[in-house]
Amino acid sequence: MREILYKDALVEAMQEEMKRDDRVLVMGEDVAIYGGAYGATKGLYEQFGEERVRDTAISESAIVGAAIGAAITGMRPIAEIMYIDFITQAMDQLVNQAAKMRYMFGGKTTVPMVLRTEGGAGRCIAAHHSQSLEAWIMHVPGLYLVMPSTPYDAKGLLKASIRDDNPVVFIEHKMLYAMKGEVPETDYIIPLGVADIKKKGSDVTIVAYSRQLHVAMEAAAELEKDNISAEVIDPRTLKPLDLDAILTSVKKTSKLVIVSEGYKTCNVASEIAMLVMEHGFDLLDAPVKRVCAVDVPVPMSPVLEDAAIPNKQNVINAVKEVCQ
Amino acid sequence: MKESKEELIGYLRKMMDIRLFEEKVMELLARNIIKGASHLYAGEEAVAVGACSAIEEDDYITSTHRGHGHCLAKGGKLPEMMAELCGKATGYCKGRGGSMHIADVTKGNLGATGIVASNLPVAVGAALSAKMRKTNQVVLCFFGDGASNNGIFHESLNMAAVWKLPVVFVCENNLYGMSVAANRCSAVQDMADKAKAYDMPNMICDGMDILDVKETIKKAVERARKGDGPTLVECKTYRYFGHSRSDPRAYRTKEEEKEWRNKCPIKQFSKKLTDNKILTEEEIAQIEKQAEEAVESAEKFAIESPYPDVRELMDDIYAPSPADLLNGGAIR
Ligand SMILES: Cc1ncc(C[n+]2csc(CCOP(=O)(O)OP(=O)(O)O)c2C)c(N)n1
Repeated sequence: MREILYKDALVEAMQEEMKRDDRVLVMGEDVAIYGGAYGATKGLYEQFGEERVRDTAISESAIVGAAIGAAITGMRPIAEIMYIDFITQAMDQLVNQAAKMRYMFGGKTTVPMVLRTEGGAGRCIAAHHSQSLEAWIMHVPGLYLVMPSTPYDAKGLLKASIRDDNPVVFIEHKMLYAMKGEVPETDYIIPLGVADIKKKGSDVTIVAYSRQLHVAMEAAAELEKDNISAEVIDPRTLKPLDLDAILTSVKKTSKLVIVSEGYKTCNVASEIAMLVMEHGFDLLDAPVKRVCAVDVPVPMSPVLEDAAIPNKQNVINAVKEVCQ
Repeated sequence: MKESKEELIGYLRKMMDIRLFEEKVMELLARNIIKGASHLYAGEEAVAVGACSAIEEDDYITSTHRGHGHCLAKGGKLPEMMAELCGKATGYCKGRGGSMHIADVTKGNLGATGIVASNLPVAVGAALSAKMRKTNQVVLCFFGDGASNNGIFHESLNMAAVWKLPVVFVCENNLYGMSVAANRCSAVQDMADKAKAYDMPNMICDGMDILDVKETIKKAVERARKGDGPTLVECKTYRYFGHSRSDPRAYRTKEEEKEWRNKCPIKQFSKKLTDNKILTEEEIAQIEKQAEEAVESAEKFAIESPYPDVRELMDDIYAPSPADLLNGGAIR
């Protein structure tokens, strides 16, 4: 199969959906002429024109709010917020409007929009451009949360998100845009709420998503040499979360390690761990472990940035502890 | 010119320091000695130096993602700045902030932000504090044309106007917010017009002419100090490099870039000084040489400085507090 970049997989997804459905539009800062800060909207402006691909002012709150307004009146907007750190400025629209409208209005409206944004550390761009704030999103009822780890998943999940009638927050990782992977040319979607077993194993379950999936895979490969067989599960959508897939795996391995690049306190991993306790305590042979970023604003200096986020060795150590 | 020769030389030198610093940063980015992002200020030197020369040492500024020029103009030192950009322990922020968060709080630079427009309300608060503490300090708040489309810009101007605070909002209109031209994303073409909504005086100046910037800001500062409240000053300027390192600048033309290069604030000011027989060309070359040497020694200092100790990763997140005694501090 042909291989393309993660960012190009995203472009393809939007291209195909825009062709398929002329209600789909794209808006955000620098998404048109520039093609997106990370190139994830490249060519859309040339292909679809400025009516459907709109450069906006630096007005995060208005971007998200406008997407909501368009969505509830018959369009299917994709809004881009350049870095997830900037959703702080759009939080009211996202949390109080997008997430709550359908419920508050008695189920009589839908908000079929996608908020594409990116997150994560790794480029030495410090505390305002490196965060992993997905736990904030997961916390709020009414929002879907999608975080693809591969080009294949990126395309299939983005297409599904655009077709979904819920407000979907779609978080890409800045270190994955240049990653290559197999992506079919055919029209396919990956349903939201379905996890993927990225590696089969029998001794321990590792749940990891986005860029940390790859860290977990490297750790799993190394653990193999020590005769520890890890099963690596990528939930792909954190909300809705495929808890069944995680429980099925834990049933087989009886041990669980969860990896996330978000701050440790109130992390996505904390929630997954608790869910497994509630629904599968008897399956566990050891306490659940989480490997997360340190609770510190992400520092710029490369040595400090590395120390702030999980690495392969952290995952290996956690696995070895639960496997003792 | 009513400034002393020393003052004028000082302005020229500062602008040269900024220009050469930025060119060096560009080079160090290409050599991957500086990692991460850097938004270069070259071309806009007259704004920072002109504005900061209109205030006193104990006045405040708040800065932006394009903050190197502001930091230097407010008295920042080249070695500490370069070290910060390289993520070194000897940098202004111990290597934690890098280019986008350069701050020299001891010099009244309250800090740079990576979040567009988020420094505006902070400037309002600092001005409120100065007013309540009766210190007679003013605050210069730098931001771009792009930032003036952000909601918090409007909230900040309104509050400053209602409370008659001693703050000068300095809009550096370099025509673009990243790739988006101001005329494509702002409903008014002079950002200064936005002050009208808040019944606030506004002024526009030539951001390539340091003396025009200085005179204009000075008037605004005087108003602020007298207790007459805030002013919005728009400086028309241009950034010479791309928005950040990987920007192909496809959104603007070579001709436009050339036109603005011809208005170079350093060249213009140098010419004014020689035309008025204040300095000779040789003297100007000498000053440039000194700036070059200063930047080179800053580079050397930065490169030779150590990285921070990883054991300090968690330092400074919180100020010391009685909570440290709880559970041996584990509560955090
Ligand atoms: C809230 C927010 N949105 C978007 C960005 C990304 N971004 C950084 S600088 C910039 C352009 C800013 O333009 P302007 O305010 O005119 O300042 P300039 O860069 O021209 O100095 C953008 C869009 C950001 N840092 N923060």
